[in-house]
Amino acid sequence: MSPDNQAKNAEAFLADTVHEERLDKLLWMMRMRRDAAAKQVPEWEQLRTLASQIKEHTLSNLSQYLIEFEAKATANGVTVHWARDAHEHNQIVYDLLAEREVPTLIKSKSMLTEECELRPFLETRNIRVIETDLGERIQQLDDQPPGHIVGPSIHKTTKDVARLFAKNYGSDANNEDPAYLAGVMRDNTRPEILNAYAGMTGGNFVVAETGAIIVATNEGNADLAGNTPPLHIISVGIEKLVPNMDSLAVFIRLLARSATGEAITQYTSNFRGPRKGAAMHVVLVDNGRSARLGMQSFWHSLKCIRCAACMNTCPVYRRSGGLSYGSTYMGPIGIIMMPTFDIRKFRELPFASTLNGSCTNVCPVKIDIHEQIYGWREVMEKNGQIQTVKKQAMKVADKVLSDPELYRIATASVSTALRILPHFAIYNRLNAWGKHRDVPEAASETFHEWYKNHRLKGNEALGL
Amino acid sequence: MEVALMIPCYIDVFYPQVGIATLELLERLGIDVAYPKEQTCCGQPMANSGCYEEARATEEHCARVFGAFEYVVTPSGSCTHHIRNKFTAGADSQERENLTRNTYDLVEFLHDVLNVREFPWAKFEHKVAFHTSCSAIRGLNMASMTERVHDTVFSKPKALLNGVPGVQLVEFDRVDECCGFGGTFSATEEAVAAKMGYDKLAFMQKAAPDYIVSSDMSCLMHLQGCARRQEQDIPFLHIAEILNGV
Repeated sequence: MSPDNQAKNAEAFLADTVHEERLDKLLWMMRMRRDAAAKQVPEWEQLRTLASQIKEHTLSNLSQYLIEFEAKATANGVTVHWARDAHEHNQIVYDLLAEREVPTLIKSKSMLTEECELRPFLETRNIRVIETDLGERIQQLDDQPPGHIVGPSIHKTTKDVARLFAKNYGSDANNEDPAYLAGVMRDNTRPEILNAYAGMTGGNFVVAETGAIIVATNEGNADLAGNTPPLHIISVGIEKLVPNMDSLAVFIRLLARSATGEAITQYTSNFRGPRKGAAMHVVLVDNGRSARLGMQSFWHSLKCIRCAACMNTCPVYRRSGGLSYGSTYMGPIGIIMMPTFDIRKFRELPFASTLNGSCTNVCPVKIDIHEQIYGWREVMEKNGQIQTVKKQAMKVADKVLSDPELYRIATASVSTALRILPHFAIYNRLNAWGKHRDVPEAASETFHEWYKNHRLKGNEALGL
Repeated sequence: MEVALMIPCYIDVFYPQVGIATLELLERLGIDVAYPKEQTCCGQPMANSGCYEEARATEEHCARVFGAFEYVVTPSGSCTHHIRNKFTAGADSQERENLTRNTYDLVEFLHDVLNVREFPWAKFEHKVAFHTSCSAIRGLNMASMTERVHDTVFSKPKALLNGVPGVQLVEFDRVDECCGFGGTFSATEEAVAAKMGYDKLAFMQKAAPDYIVSSDMSCLMHLQGCARRQEQDIPFLHIAEILNGV
């Protein structure tokens, strides 16, 4: 999926009405659950404000908190690694595994490792990687990236999963019962977990005060991955820092409620140090985060706690599917994050939005997402990332619309109006408008003409 | 009170009756309305597309035409939102400052400035599905939004419609979900835009309204295009037409 073709990818997704309508309904239900959960917390808006302020404070003093974390974690018996970029991260993880001759890595879900493309890096070096999160495993078997940051395979039906498991595990292709399918997954991954020498997890929060990594999951697979094998590797972005346990509580109250409407995830694990006889390594990853923190307008997305509330509420995401964005992070938050990685590659993303503002108002850390999308559009224009044809249309529009005489000529008759109007209403894409919608009919006289004919007298009416 | 009427470009060409209803309604309420005939557009289509350079001359022209009036009233939440909150493509000037401060959507002007609540001349005995635009809700705070679950529920346009004898507002699902217009989005992402429009219509039609009404004609232009393509013949009206008496 190319990011240049978000609109085309979305059109293809829409053509399959079964998947599109199901995704829309399912995620809207998540949004409704989020509303209901928020309603039960009278101080919800204060929590959002507090969370936003804690993130701003932590990001403003990030170096200090990172050093504090490193000292505490080291004292706890954890080995801390620093990775400047994706390659350094992958190399560190590979070296840890290669030194111990580990053939298989079991993994819980981590968007950061998707961002770093860790899996292909290890696989080409002959290390098997087994995803243990159900949705993530489904995507791995189907050779697709995650379509949603909380529910990676949420765009798939149980029928899709039954077929996929039948192909890969030899299970019953016609049994779509979720409990049966979860059982197939368990039967196939549990032995891998029990036999693995190394397990990897991500981290939702990194607590500077205690040197702990917090992982929130519903399946408990992160706990298996972290607690079963003798080597536990945690990959985490440097923006995940929080100062202390008190501030962590604010985020824990917001995270699951915003994501799925639950008060808390089934498992909220506090990985503080290695078990007896085991080793724990934390890889702190920058990969563009410091650079983003230095962007005057676009550092806000570093506050993100990956709840996906913005995706669930986004009317465009729900009808496009997450894969249409062609990017690691998708939906509203993806639109404002991805151009910080590669402005040219992701130049079209800021236009995959109606700027309706719902995302901003569900965001638990109050990122002004739709304002940032608007801002990115201007940046794309300034960096020459807007198509020439669109820019030409806008130039024509400005010329006509800043000159009343030209404007009157352009709108004087129905035929010329219909030709020129798209330039400013829908910029010369009347055929795009007309594909699924009827084109509005121009009136027999414009308001301007009506006013002249009915309200002006004498010379004024003649324009003298 | 010195009031200038701003007619958005798409209303000028496609929906002059909305401009006429707005003018007549304001006059009915005793306002002396000026219509500056040099007016064109607020520049939103260009600025919204990221093309600030291409919005500059149009925004500056708009500020020159309207900058001297005490009030500027327009039947469009989206144009008002652009002028009040996003009007930065042109050079800084006193005119621009005045326009940004003095521009009101028609609903706001009636509700907040004139404080009108009764429209006895405008009998309208029909079931109405009212669509509030995202600009009006989240840009101008003309109605509460469902995301903010602890806020008091209110709607300025519905408060006005409740003052029209006979109007029956119907409830429908996903009341403040975007209709899919989104300016240039409606062309660049036409397939998603149209599906959003179809879905919005389906939610509304379930409540069996006689009319679909909004204070933003651009949303209605899109929804009407979707409805006609699906051979739905439900009529669409701008709120000004009902408040003035159809």
